[in-house]
Amino acid sequence: MTARDLLHRREFLQLLGAGSLVIVVGPEGVRRLDAAARPLAAEPWSPAVYVSVAEDGVVTLICHRSEMGQGIRTTMPMIIADEMEADWARCRVEQADGDEKYGNQNTDGSTSIRDFLRTYREAGATVRALLEDAAAQAWGVSPTEVKAQQHEVVHVPTGRTRTFGALVAAARTMPMPGPERVRIKQPGERRWQGKQMTSIDLGPMTSGTARYGADVILPGMKTAVLARPPVWGGTVASLDDSAALAVPGVERVVRVPGAPLPSGFLPLGGVAVVARNTWAAIRGRDALRITWNHGANADYESAAYQAALAEAVRKPGRAGRTNGNAAQALASASRRIVGEYYVPHLSHAQMEPVAAVARVRDGTVEAWAPTQSPVDARKTIAGYLGLDVAQVTVHVTLLGGAFGRKSKPDFVCEAAWLAREVGAPVRVQWTREDDLRHSYYHSAAAHRLEAGLDAQGTVTAWTHRSAYPAIAATFAPGVTGAEPDELTNGASDIPFHVPNMSVEICPAVAHSRIGWYRSVNAVHHGFAIGSFVDELAHATGKDPAAFLLALIGPDRQVDLSAAGLVAPASNYGATWADHPLDTARARRVVELAAEQSGWGSPLPRGRGRGIAMHRSFLSYVAAVVEVEVLPDGTVRVPRATVAVDAGFVANPDRVRSQMAGALIMAMSNTLYSEITFADGRVVQSNYHDYPVTRMRAAPRVVDVHIVESEGLPGGIGEPGVPPAGAALANAIFSATGVRVRRLPVGSQLAGWTTGATGRGDR
Amino acid sequence: MITLTVNGTRRSFDGDPTMPLLWFLRDELALTGTKYGCGLALCGACTVHVDGQSARACQRQMQTLEGATVTTIEGLHPRGEHPVQVAWREIDVPQCGYCQPGQIMQAAWLLTQKPTPTDEDIDTAMNGHLCRCGTYPRIRAAIKAAEGQR
Repeated sequence: MTARDLLHRREFLQLLGAGSLVIVVGPEGVRRLDAAARPLAAEPWSPAVYVSVAEDGVVTLICHRSEMGQGIRTTMPMIIADEMEADWARCRVEQADGDEKYGNQNTDGSTSIRDFLRTYREAGATVRALLEDAAAQAWGVSPTEVKAQQHEVVHVPTGRTRTFGALVAAARTMPMPGPERVRIKQPGERRWQGKQMTSIDLGPMTSGTARYGADVILPGMKTAVLARPPVWGGTVASLDDSAALAVPGVERVVRVPGAPLPSGFLPLGGVAVVARNTWAAIRGRDALRITWNHGANADYESAAYQAALAEAVRKPGRAGRTNGNAAQALASASRRIVGEYYVPHLSHAQMEPVAAVARVRDGTVEAWAPTQSPVDARKTIAGYLGLDVAQVTVHVTLLGGAFGRKSKPDFVCEAAWLAREVGAPVRVQWTREDDLRHSYYHSAAAHRLEAGLDAQGTVTAWTHRSAYPAIAATFAPGVTGAEPDELTNGASDIPFHVPNMSVEICPAVAHSRIGWYRSVNAVHHGFAIGSFVDELAHATGKDPAAFLLALIGPDRQVDLSAAGLVAPASNYGATWADHPLDTARARRVVELAAEQSGWGSPLPRGRGRGIAMHRSFLSYVAAVVEVEVLPDGTVRVPRATVAVDAGFVANPDRVRSQMAGALIMAMSNTLYSEITFADGRVVQSNYHDYPVTRMRAAPRVVDVHIVESEGLPGGIGEPGVPPAGAALANAIFSATGVRVRRLPVGSQLAGWTTGATGRGDR
Repeated sequence: MITLTVNGTRRSFDGDPTMPLLWFLRDELALTGTKYGCGLALCGACTVHVDGQSARACQRQMQTLEGATVTTIEGLHPRGEHPVQVAWREIDVPQCGYCQPGQIMQAAWLLTQKPTPTDEDIDTAMNGHLCRCGTYPRIRAAIKAAEGQR
């Protein structure tokens, strides 16, 4: 153990309160942190959960995950407090800094509950057992006679009670409870898990005191706004900063080094204008005269790229899943149907443009940032500034939306670099234009699906080829396309009963920073597959919901790693034993969504319903979207119905809010949003040319139905997006007869009343 | 020198007269509840009240605000218990929460104009306010609930 570790541990104990009972739980097991400076030895030590009970009864929980709207700062403590029988009013949550001692803090992949539910429960149950044992010992009674209940322990036969706080001293020194004493609550014993809890940040969020990245203010802080290369990989050729320096309030103009291609998590580089306030920095940046070397991506142009991707999927690709012989089955099919689809680049456009604050003192960096991955931020800052990781501290603020953008710490590095250069605390503020033009974009993607059907209209062959630039290309040179395993994000792991299947990935070189965007490849996989299934239903004259159920086929649990998926046959980080492909769950959500939406009831011309189901992030979601298409082609969504099976759901209200939000984001993806490149640069700049869903277009009702389950939890933040986009496109077809194969819908429906036949719902 | 009242306190400003109110509030007064989202009046995150009217702080230059009375989210109610704020909590509207101060300020203004707003009134008043998390259905419900509490 180094002095630094000791220091950290002291900080911890201070944070958690001297004299408190402190229980930590992680992959290495359950421990009690003792106040004495007994070294923890050089063993791996990464407990995700820290629970402290102070002698005054205050419970402190450290939230190691980032809050970006999913509600983890409520859901994590509500699970722990429920298991430990704490009084919710006496629990408080501290946000963890970025540190490997907290285990995996990377808040992405919809993992917080699915990876940590068991740990959270075990932590709470351990504290409960320990406090019960302490009370039993104090009273000299058997532990079987006592019961923790809302912040006190009761001796059941006599009704005597002792508060948690009064038991802390004893609980700090008595033997830790054995595994037989640590009992996770049975469903009937739960107070809040699976029920209801008011979000803990509601007060600050509704009164203006919630603190996001740009809200951190340090004494003497400067604000910086940067000019970054308009083309990925570009550099500054020449700079004239005289006009910028003449802007009142501008103090410095500083070059910021960019990383060579591919730039990964590192800054793009460019020129920073450092000023006394944001407005001066913006005006100063506008006054910079820069010529750029545009570099290798200067010819990137979206229309040509779309055509190249469409061409790529017309040739065979690398296999991601093979069952039977799809080519042969297609050749002998009585009918073949092809669908080609395109989804453009998208940007997160989270409401808080990225921003970060940093201060450098005595060679150490302290940063405040709305980051999804504070450990990555810490490591990347250290690398960028040539420091040791131990010299960098990253504090996590609330995230004003993230959707994957804030997994990447380039903006935090900029703040750290500038704080050191300027010798004062610096806030880096990205404008909306910066945020849209220098994002890490969702891959543009082309898909070609072909099905072979027998005489009865049953699908006997399924070939699906996709091409899209890989996220890996942002991090490693020479990447010429996505790996076949990326298809496990909702293309090769589909729950369809087709004997001959070939799911393939085709080449696509990246010319912009590609990154994670909510649901990742499942966005376009889900759209293409969900649309194609609907096309097959209509082509065979079948009801789309009935056709979908038939395609899912009989109930079965499949280990896809042994059923056609190529290695490593990823399953969102889970084993196929824990999370097999369970087609009964797929079927149930389809049935539930259809049932609850009034599927099949008649709708007037111009209105329609669409259905789609998709499994991603280990959850099964079906959506029925009802649309009204106005004569000018404007799409409204009066109502949407979502059915979700995510295994055990800890916080149903947040699941409902995530499902509604995912559907509304899917509307943006499907109807409005598109990032295009011309001369290597992003064309769009702000919400006028990168539209997203607004109030008037938003559904009046999003009816969310959660399948009750005690099963292992799946993800929640992301799985709602993929089926919703396809269901929406299918509803548009039902309402107008127009099949949208290229996103966004944009103006494609203009004139639908004369150009195509509106069908109404069946 | 520009003099104005912000949340009941007299304030003065002698900097760049073209500075938008947004940056004066955030950078000079540390009233960070008013959010930057777009700078072009496209998103509504910076909505405040100027002389009792809903206004986009990113579009109001300081030179237009001599003698103005400005209310921000921090000043909407002394204890944060304006009926709109109360309704927002009852319905648990926010997800990330970033756009919510602007939404709340607009909703509070809407209710001064239309004490019992129709869905169409809500669409018209709130359409300029983006929420990328997609809290729109709950915002609509909260406005209706706040209406009932008034």
